[in-house]
Amino acid sequence: MSKQLLKGNEAFAEAAIRAGCEGFFGYPITPSTEFLEYMSRRMPELGRAFVQAESEVAAINMVYGAACTGKRVMTASSSPGISLMMEGISYIAGTEVPAVIVNVMRGGPGLGNIAPSQGDYYQMVKGGGHGDYFPIVLAPASVQEAIDYISLAFDLADKYRSIVHVVVDGNMGQMMEPAELPPMRPLPKTAPDWAVSGAKGRPPRALSSIYINPYDEEITNLRLLKRWLEIEKNEVRYAEIEMEDAEYAVIGFGTAGRVASSAVRAARQEGIKVGLFRPITLAPFPKQRLKEIARQVKRILVVEMNSGMMLDDVTAVVQGRVPVEFYGRMGGVTPFPDEILGEIRRVASNAAPVNGNAREEWIQRLETIIGGQA
Amino acid sequence: MTTSQPATLVYQRPTSFSEATTHYCPGCTHGIAHRLVAEVLDEMGLREKAIGVAPVGCAVFAYNYFNLDFVEAAHGRAPAMATGIKRVLPENTVFTYQGDGDLASIGMAEIMHAAARGENITVIFANNAIYGMTGGQMAPTTLPGMKTTSSPYGRDVELAGYPIRVSEMLATMEGAGYVVRASLHDPAHIRKAKKAIRRAFETQERGLGFAMVELLSSCPTNWKVTPNEALEFIAKQMVPAFPLGDFKVHPEIAKLRV
Amino acid sequence: MPASGWIEVDELYCKGCELCVTACPKEVIALDMDRLTPKGYHPAHLAAEGCTGCGICAVVCPDAALTVYRHVTQRKQPSSLVH
Repeated sequence: MSKQLLKGNEAFAEAAIRAGCEGFFGYPITPSTEFLEYMSRRMPELGRAFVQAESEVAAINMVYGAACTGKRVMTASSSPGISLMMEGISYIAGTEVPAVIVNVMRGGPGLGNIAPSQGDYYQMVKGGGHGDYFPIVLAPASVQEAIDYISLAFDLADKYRSIVHVVVDGNMGQMMEPAELPPMRPLPKTAPDWAVSGAKGRPPRALSSIYINPYDEEITNLRLLKRWLEIEKNEVRYAEIEMEDAEYAVIGFGTAGRVASSAVRAARQEGIKVGLFRPITLAPFPKQRLKEIARQVKRILVVEMNSGMMLDDVTAVVQGRVPVEFYGRMGGVTPFPDEILGEIRRVASNAAPVNGNAREEWIQRLETIIGGQA
Repeated sequence: MTTSQPATLVYQRPTSFSEATTHYCPGCTHGIAHRLVAEVLDEMGLREKAIGVAPVGCAVFAYNYFNLDFVEAAHGRAPAMATGIKRVLPENTVFTYQGDGDLASIGMAEIMHAAARGENITVIFANNAIYGMTGGQMAPTTLPGMKTTSSPYGRDVELAGYPIRVSEMLATMEGAGYVVRASLHDPAHIRKAKKAIRRAFETQERGLGFAMVELLSSCPTNWKVTPNEALEFIAKQMVPAFPLGDFKVHPEIAKLRV
Repeated sequence: MPASGWIEVDELYCKGCELCVTACPKEVIALDMDRLTPKGYHPAHLAAEGCTGCGICAVVCPDAALTVYRHVTQRKQPSSLVH
């Protein structure tokens, strides 16, 4: 199949269908609504389940129920909706059933706005729901990459009986871009050996997240942790541009990483030896490669569309080996390539150590740029 | 007591019941409600395709007491979870078992919309007018004046409002095929309740939409009475507040003899 | 000839709640104060002659602890309990 011009949200939905998604349960919310609308057309055509639920709370619990049958099921929402889904997400994690959740992130907190943001990094990457669990978080940076990673998300969810979040933002959900969809995968004929299907010719199965005896819960937590360590070993993914001889590294994910790639290429034209490191798995975080980069470069610039959330993960890995600087835009503002280019120029000409807190230095620069103080 | 005279078996434990002993207090009618569901599943031959959804509340461990596939929902979300299961496994028999706190308070949206969608599931709703598992707090169905640990002076309707009559409300939904309130307070009413449960599963098997049986139930421990006094409380106090009746019966089910 | 039968009480399940004691139309069930179940309850038992095997005790039992039998008479087959 050749490339065609595809709209983000619709392409992601079709990618999910082709990966074998048999149930979609959702609730309308900007900027992810086209995902639901597309599913409302396509799923009935294919004889697959689609429900527009009464709320995100209900939607994720429908996903939870359907996931217990072992079929590939999902939802898509946007930041405030994801907050509402956190109850079900925690139960899904505790029950160890696979589910794929797409978050088309928008500005917050609260009702915030509908503009593209990466402000849900902590909520997505650090868990978000209650209890001891570890979701896999994929952050593609183009329509094509999102198509590919939604397929992967279902595979990883099944393989590890895990939640897989695919985080994009309104830019990617709304943009049109040439991309290629994969062929339709045949649906499995049998259910996994843990799924509920009716206790015919076998002992009954009970799927639950309740372990009333703390020692049983501890063993469950340990099982989840060991599975996570396996995931950390096997499933790290990232992309790089011009990193081979780089003396400076820009680190950004999703849209911020994509904007930074233009800035990196422009800086290279100016002779600045800068490269881009773009984590695709925000969890598991690509710690090993980042350690190597910290040994290679003189200085690191983290670029995000939030207040420096991944920055904390980067500094934890770099451990002061090289200065780590930060540049972020918040509230639904997408940085321009020129802004990041300016930052790259500044970083490359600055030999001084970061004076205290990278965030504080950034705030001073940002307030100059936006022409006002909070 | 056996003799050499030939005998027939009149009653034995249903095979849809597991061998586990329940954690319910002595005389708690949850056990009766569970048993009736198991008997109906046996009689209809549904055990091997049934999937139950357990609630949060006293029946949280229901999955241990049935000899069939079960999942355990978040508080109030059983109808949503059942929806997810039924939509991807439409050939299976899917039912929820919920209490009044679960169904009529935190899960009100989920139950209303499952009924509105005509979700083809069966709901067994145990209404005992109190939160049992957390130790006897006021429930959405607590009677006016009734003392609980969170309405120690008796439910004051000025401050805490009125009990919710769920069956009457759900019967207004076009998607509902069967909505009945029955009671578990004496043998005759238990037999009627079983017939209602049978019809509620028949509704699902015939694809006639949402089906719910509300069962007036006892909570001797938190009502602080003996099991027999609790049954009297149902008859004298709860039945007048929650009238028994067939609030909605699909014509096809009305014709059915069970 | 009046119907006659008997009940068996599974002491693993019986919690001595007395619902069967009250429900029995022949008043032949009582708690056995000389016995304790594994859970520590006095179990129900047939305390007198006169059980008809009607099964009403099983209808009210919250723990499905009762099995009910009825002697077969030549004239009439017992009907099943709760159909």
